[in-house]
Amino acid sequence: MIPLHGADRNGQSPTRPRRPRPVPQPPAQEDPPLAVAPEPAAPEPTEWEERLGGLLDFVRRRMAGDYHVDEFGFDADLTDNVLMPPLKPLYEKWFRVETIGVHNIPTEGGALLVANHSGTLPLDATMTAFAVRSEHPGKRHLRMLGADLVFKTPVLGALARKSGQTLACNPDAERLLRSGELVGVWPEGFKGIGKPFKDRYKLQRFGRGGFVSAALNTGVPIIPVSIVGAEEIYPMIGDIKALARLFGFPYFPVTPLFPLLGPLGAIPLPSKWYIEFGEPIHTDGFGEHAADDPMLVFNLTDQVRETIQQTLYRLLTQRRNVFLG
Amino acid sequence: MAPKVVLVTGVSRFLGGNLAARFAANPDIERVLGVDTEPPPRDLLRRMGRAEFVRADIRNPLIAKVIATAGVDTVVHASVTANPAGPTGRTVMKEMNVIGTMQLLAACQKSPHLRKLVVKSTSAVYGSSARDPAVFAEGMSPKELPSSGYAKDAVEVEGYVRGFSRRRPDVDVTTLRFTNFIGPRIDTVLTRYFALPVVPTVMGYDARVQLLHSEDALAILERATMHDLPGVFNAGGEGVLLLSQAIRRAGRLTLPVPSGAVPSVGRFFRSARLVDFSPDQMRFLNWGRVVDTTLLRSEFGFTPRWTTRQAFDDYVSGRGLRPLIAPERVEAVERGLLDAAARLR
Repeated sequence: MIPLHGADRNGQSPTRPRRPRPVPQPPAQEDPPLAVAPEPAAPEPTEWEERLGGLLDFVRRRMAGDYHVDEFGFDADLTDNVLMPPLKPLYEKWFRVETIGVHNIPTEGGALLVANHSGTLPLDATMTAFAVRSEHPGKRHLRMLGADLVFKTPVLGALARKSGQTLACNPDAERLLRSGELVGVWPEGFKGIGKPFKDRYKLQRFGRGGFVSAALNTGVPIIPVSIVGAEEIYPMIGDIKALARLFGFPYFPVTPLFPLLGPLGAIPLPSKWYIEFGEPIHTDGFGEHAADDPMLVFNLTDQVRETIQQTLYRLLTQRRNVFLG
Repeated sequence: MAPKVVLVTGVSRFLGGNLAARFAANPDIERVLGVDTEPPPRDLLRRMGRAEFVRADIRNPLIAKVIATAGVDTVVHASVTANPAGPTGRTVMKEMNVIGTMQLLAACQKSPHLRKLVVKSTSAVYGSSARDPAVFAEGMSPKELPSSGYAKDAVEVEGYVRGFSRRRPDVDVTTLRFTNFIGPRIDTVLTRYFALPVVPTVMGYDARVQLLHSEDALAILERATMHDLPGVFNAGGEGVLLLSQAIRRAGRLTLPVPSGAVPSVGRFFRSARLVDFSPDQMRFLNWGRVVDTTLLRSEFGFTPRWTTRQAFDDYVSGRGLRPLIAPERVEAVERGLLDAAARLR
């Protein structure tokens, strides 16, 4: 037998070693041989063989149920091998995401990432998660907090849990932060993601500041995250309230392409994205019962909100074109 | 302080019977009384040794006489169950659970000797919905109270137990909220469910399942009886299995059923006497339930020997469940493909 897997096999470590050449991910297993075939047979297993080995290993693991799922339902094996790879072209080629200040995210220990929400569909959240996973030196997973609507929905709810999301509530957030995870929260919620295009980059109300008390209770830093570009992917020019009520959605968007072009309307416009991770705001110096002080919670909430808003304005003035950056 | 006279309810079932057997084997306990409406199966009765079986209905005031005359100082209420005795057993089960608990607690309240009460409850009291936090701690209450079935029984039972502990503050009350049991020997709805060759699941949902090995459950109940550990404790193994993952580990096939068809599929399985799922247990299949066991490990002082995954694997191997597709075949296919790939080169 040729040792096809090397270190990959025993360690179920989710991080695959970086390959020199970026290659399209799993589904295209059978095609690459054409490209490699002309070379003389090397004693080393070729790259595509290694990948085939990895894929078969993955399939066997999945069939046997031999993978780890944490108490929130996060399936790192599935996330890294199935859910993340399709995001890569979207991240690199379509939105050409540029990150600023990734070093502000701690390499280990808990931290709470707070970001602005926009874009009708929560692509900004998935892109941020991908950015943290692929660009951060620690290759960390971002555990996002989602609305209960997500978890109520079949398929979507199950997928959300498997990709590491959990319900936006203080017990869950604090539990994740205490266990040293990176937690991402979009406190504007539906008010932010479903706002009309004319209100773009205007931050909405930041909930009741529950995320601040979660950070205060666990003493982790808050990292303000400003996302530019997501507002333009599905410019929402209208909202059909009746249809929204009918389907139980918080809003029913009308964009220049949807519902006019039907499923084609689901293609996001290729805006150029910037994600800036700001300086951490420390929450561990306020004493033990700081979260019970509403004034402190309000002030910190405002501080985070202002930081994100100012960063958004700065990034916007530097941007010359929505699509070219 | 070790108890002298222990009364265990529900001894004709796995948990109560084996618990009585453990107490009977303990020389510190003078007398063990086992109560149930029907006699335990013969092998269980044999294992119970010197424990005395009292055929009595806890729904009947007679139970008060048993407790008073024997001078019972510790009652282990292990008969609250999710598994109805038969297809018509649901009403009877509810009566046994709720009315039985009421009668038993009434009898306990009257007894001057009583010092300790251990109640086997369930984590089902937390309910199961999309709006609940991922992990329940003892202090949390469900977003929506379970409206029917076993979960509602358990909520009511816990309510009566709380009332009892208010009226008899001198009695140590330990309430144990168990997750689902699994193990090679125990027979529950879940063990039958995973033994089906094709396992129906709710399409689009994947529940998080936390399990407790039945031997751990026995050890926890025993510890609660032998030591003074009043309070409410969650009891479950460490870690989580997704429902789909558990089915794969058991080597079964999943049959995703659209949620609209779930009740009728459930009825079919009930009438075919395969698995008797009540509606609240079907909700469990949607979202599952995970509890925080920090208190169990720190304050109660017990760490389950089996994790959820180990307990499940023990069940699979103990029951001799053969995977429908043998792992050797999968490995052979994998090797074959890799060899073919090597030849192509």
